[in-house]
Amino acid sequence: MGGRPTADDLQSPPPNLPHRGGGARLSWLGPGSWALYALGLSPGVWTFYLGLNDQLGADPLKVLERTLGLWALRFLVIGLAVTPLRKIGGPNLIRYRRTFGLLAFFYALFHVVVYVVLDQGLDVSAIVADIVKRPYITIGMVAFLILVPLAVTSNATMIRRLGGHAWQRLHRWVYLAAAAGALHFIMLLKTVTFEAAFYAAAVALLLAFRLVGRRPFNPLRR
Amino acid sequence: MLIRQADDIRPYEITPKSLYLGRRELMTGGIAAAALAMAPGDPAWATALEARKGPFSTDEPQTRRADVLSYNNFYEFGSGKDDPAANAASLTTAPWSVEIGGLVAKPATYALEDLLKPATLEERIYRLRCVEGWSMVIPWIGFPLADLISRVEPLGSAKYVTFETLVRPDEMPGQRGLFQPLDWPYREGLRLDEAKHPLTILAVGMYGETLPNQNGAPLRLVVPWKYGFKSIKSIVRIAFVEAQPKTTWEEMASHEYGFYSNVNPEVDHPRWSQATERRIGEGSGLLAKRRPTLMFNGYGDEVAGLYAGMDLRANY
Repeated sequence: MGGRPTADDLQSPPPNLPHRGGGARLSWLGPGSWALYALGLSPGVWTFYLGLNDQLGADPLKVLERTLGLWALRFLVIGLAVTPLRKIGGPNLIRYRRTFGLLAFFYALFHVVVYVVLDQGLDVSAIVADIVKRPYITIGMVAFLILVPLAVTSNATMIRRLGGHAWQRLHRWVYLAAAAGALHFIMLLKTVTFEAAFYAAAVALLLAFRLVGRRPFNPLRR
Repeated sequence: MLIRQADDIRPYEITPKSLYLGRRELMTGGIAAAALAMAPGDPAWATALEARKGPFSTDEPQTRRADVLSYNNFYEFGSGKDDPAANAASLTTAPWSVEIGGLVAKPATYALEDLLKPATLEERIYRLRCVEGWSMVIPWIGFPLADLISRVEPLGSAKYVTFETLVRPDEMPGQRGLFQPLDWPYREGLRLDEAKHPLTILAVGMYGETLPNQNGAPLRLVVPWKYGFKSIKSIVRIAFVEAQPKTTWEEMASHEYGFYSNVNPEVDHPRWSQATERRIGEGSGLLAKRRPTLMFNGYGDEVAGLYAGMDLRANY
């Protein structure tokens, strides 16, 4: 989902969108991305390391599971914040947006793997029952499944193959994924905590920005 | 239903604030040096308790004491699992008094020492199953609630017992600020026959010592066949009533938490399964295996009779 243009970007396409007839080649790892991947993945790696060394407290599995899920949500929020940040005069991080998106996907993937393998012990019937019967797991799984095609198409080849417009439409699904992720977090808790409310509010605000951005506020534009 | 009256005076309101603040300064001053050497969440003032072996103890491996002290739900100190261990040290547990009233022949406000004087302390090693899907095995020290009940002589009209936790925002950070997850005081209740059941105890200690604050010092309920939240902590008030009381979690979300809240693998929480649980500390680290949850948390032989003929799906 990184590097995808959104409705907001129509007037200013991302600098690394491939041009027909050969422009700058869009590599999977843009400039500075290696460092960002390393930095972005380090909380997950560190938590896993602590878990292996019995440093995660009484219920290490739960801590690992929650930490991975939380980082997925954090990177979704950061990715969604890129365009609003630029529009309100902040730094332009558009070249890192794909990395943020892919980091969100990797964390979501690790989160699901930990749930399936370590938490549920590959008990397929329990997992299927969870997905079917537990709305918070259904919603979390929906969020993850949305991220899969977005991650798979986060490369220059797929952008070219799909064409800018179709690719853009596909990647707007990230809005739903982020909303589902935030809802999944709120729903798994016994009470709404400040942390869960914070992420829900952040996602709501960032999605609202898209809605407001669509309105032709400024008659001089266009 | 517990009706709160306007002229209710809580025990902690009887002690002038200046006095207990003064006492707290004395205490914190005295224990400051000792506390420096302690692990976080390890109570500096824990004292050894003498207790004889009680009935109903399981011989399953006990949960590591460090885990029981550091992994708590005690929302008065914050809703995170490690909040209580981090924040509960500020709680003053001496002096402590418990007001016992409602439909009893001998209502009274007991100083904790007087409440404990006639009690014979026993060690009871019980399984604890949290509604969230984890469990522990804890060696409690306490005495049957039935002993206390017989002392205060409930009237014939008393059908339920209600319990309340302390409200003291200046010592309980979860009771301050904007994000307060629950409506205080925390309230719980039992049917009178459940309260008088020999498995039901009031605990004052665990692992051979007085209770750490984060585990409900100085006095808490332990009802091992019900989900952990029924075992209310830091009790300041007990009342005998005629009608089934509303409990805190029931008021919070009545479709998720019922009055009975008996451990039952066949009745799921609306949002998650109750069929299995993770025993804290079992397995190694990240490879903790789930184990099947037992009906009534394995105490069916003792308590199933209390619910004969009841639809446990409707009375969850």
